[in-house]
Amino acid sequence: MIFSTLVIVGALGTILYTIIAKGLPYLNWDMVSSLPQGGYYFGKEGGVLNAIVGSLYLALGATALALLISVPVALYMNVFMRRRRRMVEAFRFFLDVLWGIPSIVYGAFGFTLMIAFQIRTSLQAGIIAVGLFIAPIMIRAMDEVLQTVPNGIREAAYSMGCTKTETAFRFFMRKAAPGIVTAVLLSFGRAIGDAAVVLMTTGFTDFIPTSLDQPVATLPLAIFFQLGSPVPEVQGRAYASALILTIIILIISLGARFFSRMYYKHH
Amino acid sequence: MTDAPSIIEINHLDVFAGKRKLLNDISVKIPRGTITVIMGPSGCGKTTLLRSLNRLTDVSGLKVSGEIRFRNENILNLRGYGISAMRQRMGLLSQRPYPLPLSIFENVAYAVRLKGTTRKSDVRDQVEHYLKLACLWDEIKDRLHHSPNTLSIGQQQRLCLARGLAVDPEVILADEPTSALDPISTQAIEQSFMQLKDQYTIILVSHILRQARRIADYVVFMYLGEMIESGDAQTFFSNPQNEMTKKYLEGVFY
Repeated sequence: MIFSTLVIVGALGTILYTIIAKGLPYLNWDMVSSLPQGGYYFGKEGGVLNAIVGSLYLALGATALALLISVPVALYMNVFMRRRRRMVEAFRFFLDVLWGIPSIVYGAFGFTLMIAFQIRTSLQAGIIAVGLFIAPIMIRAMDEVLQTVPNGIREAAYSMGCTKTETAFRFFMRKAAPGIVTAVLLSFGRAIGDAAVVLMTTGFTDFIPTSLDQPVATLPLAIFFQLGSPVPEVQGRAYASALILTIIILIISLGARFFSRMYYKHH
Repeated sequence: MTDAPSIIEINHLDVFAGKRKLLNDISVKIPRGTITVIMGPSGCGKTTLLRSLNRLTDVSGLKVSGEIRFRNENILNLRGYGISAMRQRMGLLSQRPYPLPLSIFENVAYAVRLKGTTRKSDVRDQVEHYLKLACLWDEIKDRLHHSPNTLSIGQQQRLCLARGLAVDPEVILADEPTSALDPISTQAIEQSFMQLKDQYTIILVSHILRQARRIADYVVFMYLGEMIESGDAQTFFSNPQNEMTKKYLEGVFY
């Protein structure tokens, strides 16, 4: 047991050490504040602002889309379908399977859809594909929280003459609000860190997209491309980009923890 | 007292959980404007009977057959919005208080708005009125906008009573509302009930014999899913007809 723990802690430590040791020397203000200039990928001037902003755009868009899908589904499962226990259980299992599907499959699926609808690799294609990818995660996370809403709240609301819709959106949402925030942040973390879906759907660009149908750069792909370069300078910047991504994810998960702790304090 | 007109008429009510029969052929008339106490040992179906009155049995997936007449309708036939409207006419006070995830004020205000009052000053007046009716106003008037979680359990229960009254029901269903409360809060709730019974019909589930003696006008005694005896409280306690009732009242039941 101790050994296994050491392995996992060691792995995490090594990863962080590698990123920091190799990336920190290359991390400077230029990296986070400027676009790649001509010859950037051969070690010249520039930064990965395009990928930072692109990743944020994409993750925000995908999270918003997933939120629109997830809230009604999670509420439906817990308020409306409550008496069909077997169906809900089957649905949960189905969502867990979706959760387990490798993201490259989502990417391929998104790519097929794009061909069918004649959409080019773009921010909107990426948002849709990544949104679908994180929706099951978000639904299940919300579902877990909504299941903890006490039955008495439901009965109290019904006894006042509230309809199921009112009960769901007014009271279940509110009672589970901090947990829902956690679910959203968790999904955001998945969205921003995923490389496979965006590889197939978003394309890559040196610019910040100004509309939804333009390609968009993302940090995971920026890391991937830079790491493939033979120039040591560019490889170093790949690690610096990884460091930036790690810091963003760290902030997000700390936020998630903070909210879930607040949540359990109140209950 | 028993010749008061009845507000709810239950005829041949059966309740099933799957194949298990929880209630067997219950027929009883609940008189209007009284406190009716449903009594009996634990597990005898008191709570099930109470919950079938506003169809909360739907929520727990029980199967109900028979007839419950309320306002000239068999409530077991209601569908969709009809159920919500019917539930508004019957407030529920559960065993433990479940304040809604809103502020103290909003808990009651939400109920006030549900019945159609929207003007801000009217809502405020009514919230005050109902909190006073539930004997809670004086204790909390300075912290109306706090979370109800800051209140004691007894205060929360009275808040739930105020909220239940605020939708303006005709009947108040109370499911052992004092079982989690200390004697003083219990007294406060009982006092509210005594004051309220002129305007509302109160149906109270209780296994506390002394409580039943204190406040009941009409008593329904149940055992193992069947109604054993029902009648005017005075006659019921002084001259019970059924052997089982006698034993229960003498406390040699178990």
